Amino acid sequence: MKTYWKKNQQRLAPWLFLAPGIAMFAIYVIIPIFQSMSISLYAWDGLGEKEYVGLSNYVELMDDDAFYTSLKNNVIWLVLYMLAIPAGLFVALFLNQTVRGIRIYKSLFFFPFVISQVVVGLVFSWFYDPNFGLLNIALQAIGFDPIAVLADEDWVTYGIIAAGLWPQTAYCMILYLTGLNAVDPEQIEAARLDNAKGFKMLWYVVLPQLKPATFIAMVVTVIGALRSFDLISIMTDGGPWGSSRVLAFYMYEQAFSEYGFRMGYGAAIAVVLFLIMMVYITAFLVKMYRDERGL
Amino acid sequence: MFHRTKTLAAAVATSTLLASSLFAGELVINTDTSDPAPKAAFEALIAGFEAENPDVKVTWNLFDHEGYKTSIRNFLTADAPDLANWYAGNRMLPYVNAGLFEPVDDVWAEHGLNESLASAKGSMTIDGKIWGVPYTYYQWGVYYRKDLFEANNIAVPTNWDEFKAAGATLTAAGITPITIGTKYLWTAGGVFDYLNLRTNGYDFHMALTKGEVAWTDDRVRATMANWKELIDAGFFLENHAAYSWQEALAPMVQGDAAMYVMGNFAVAPLREAGLTDDQIGFFQFPVINPDVPLAEEAPTDTIHIPANAKNKEDAKKFLAYLARADVQTQINNTLGQLPINSGSSVGDDKFLQAGYEMLSSTTGGIAQFFDRDAPAEMAKAGMEGFQEFMVKPERLDAILERLEKVRGRVYK
Repeated sequence: MKTYWKKNQQRLAPWLFLAPGIAMFAIYVIIPIFQSMSISLYAWDGLGEKEYVGLSNYVELMDDDAFYTSLKNNVIWLVLYMLAIPAGLFVALFLNQTVRGIRIYKSLFFFPFVISQVVVGLVFSWFYDPNFGLLNIALQAIGFDPIAVLADEDWVTYGIIAAGLWPQTAYCMILYLTGLNAVDPEQIEAARLDNAKGFKMLWYVVLPQLKPATFIAMVVTVIGALRSFDLISIMTDGGPWGSSRVLAFYMYEQAFSEYGFRMGYGAAIAVVLFLIMMVYITAFLVKMYRDERGL
Repeated sequence: MFHRTKTLAAAVATSTLLASSLFAGELVINTDTSDPAPKAAFEALIAGFEAENPDVKVTWNLFDHEGYKTSIRNFLTADAPDLANWYAGNRMLPYVNAGLFEPVDDVWAEHGLNESLASAKGSMTIDGKIWGVPYTYYQWGVYYRKDLFEANNIAVPTNWDEFKAAGATLTAAGITPITIGTKYLWTAGGVFDYLNLRTNGYDFHMALTKGEVAWTDDRVRATMANWKELIDAGFFLENHAAYSWQEALAPMVQGDAAMYVMGNFAVAPLREAGLTDDQIGFFQFPVINPDVPLAEEAPTDTIHIPANAKNKEDAKKFLAYLARADVQTQINNTLGQLPINSGSSVGDDKFLQAGYEMLSSTTGGIAQFFDRDAPAEMAKAGMEGFQEFMVKPERLDAILERLEKVRGRVYK
């Protein structure tokens, strides 16, 4: 026994150290994925007997308008949420200066990220309120008709995304601020000598050095967009008539909400959401792999 | 990223694990009666029970209202209390079907509840068995600003034409006739229920919520046509989809809206907001089709024994206590609602008296509420459709076809 350990120590040790992590990851991530896939083949209310229904949950999904609305909204979220990255960069560049009290300004800009999403949702609900909301007071002051953003099926998703961008921009800003600290002053100096300034300086000298920050910002923003749930739940509860749902919210509604408890159908939505994420995760992994190999 | 790991699962897994080692004589009760009045009512109820049964010690777990709807599924299966509150009608069907509630026919027979609680027996019965004890209910109807009606010389409308005329007068005076907040959908269900009960009657309404009639039926269209008349006449509060029912109280308090189709629980916040009883009034939803007997909406709240309860003997004692006339009188005085027991007396409050008078003379039948009469999935789709219809009435055909599709799937 002892000799076996001695002989294979080098080979076994890494696995031993990895074991707790692997076990956790398997129990809380890998196994539930397969469980979801298997539940999606059943009709089940979470209480009684499961009934095997094959792919009929997916067939129903293909014919479900609410599903397509959610899918469309998910795409809108993914695209528009990306605005947080340039916005965060802009704010970071703006704040990256040494004036008196800059730390206070930085923390103020970071503030929306610290407060809970629920609070952000409430603040924006009041902001959009058709009667006393600031937005409509402002709109009326410059002669427009008031818009009930959260009660209008065409505006509602954009309204919620705008609320989500507020904390997300702060997040990206802090990533870029840390990135900017690591920018090599010598390269800036050299670029100055070569007469680079303004946008060219930013694009060719600063941004390439911020690449790691941009990468992380993108990762957290995509994840943030795909898991957008709390804002929708607080601001509209998916409404009006379901037009602000995204897949994560629709899954929750079908599986766990007051009128839901269709575990199979919810699981089917979760599987679709997983597949969408998979596209992105694969791209992410490919990139990581290439970076590791120094390509 | 870490701070946001507050995921969906967390919301679901909020099951409170209760102490599982219980000694005899301990009675565990789970309720969601966390609002001030219901909480006080239950405190008094439990204290009264303990005083009469000194050998029983009651442990009371209070849940918040929304969380309870998911917690109940967890605790009924995992670690059942001895008693839990819930609702009558179709809302208890999933738990009855899953064998999680205990039939209590014996309690009813032993204590003469078949007579004293007769009015609610129908909504407590599934498959010929009785599944709990009802302790309170409340009327729905139209709550209105009496002073605004008087200022505009409007008499309480009793039929459809008077109702529409009252709305026209109010609109002309710059007052929204009906306030409503449909963000959480169910308020629209209440309006639909009344329009349908008045247009087609109780039997049709029940057949519809039981899935026996197509949503594309001409009688449903007749109801929706009546609804459209109100919508076209600008009856309802603008942007109602942005408001919860509480937020929609504000225009009524401020005098910008005159009526609210609501349950009796709306009276308390209206009073708290500063309206006096001279300013608030109540009337029965007006007649639409004079040939249809008047049916009303009066949701019933109930208490059940979970099948996995450990102390069923004392739980049954508690149910018998809860069903007693004097106990129901007391608990409903605190709740500000109506007792089920026919021997109980109704509080002096004018809205309770009005509701009691209306409900005890109801001949057409008593509905629970759209989301208690229809199965959950149908209720959700239906109320979402009603909300959409109230904003986009031109989509009626698409909405009804969608509901018909859901009906085909839900009732198998």
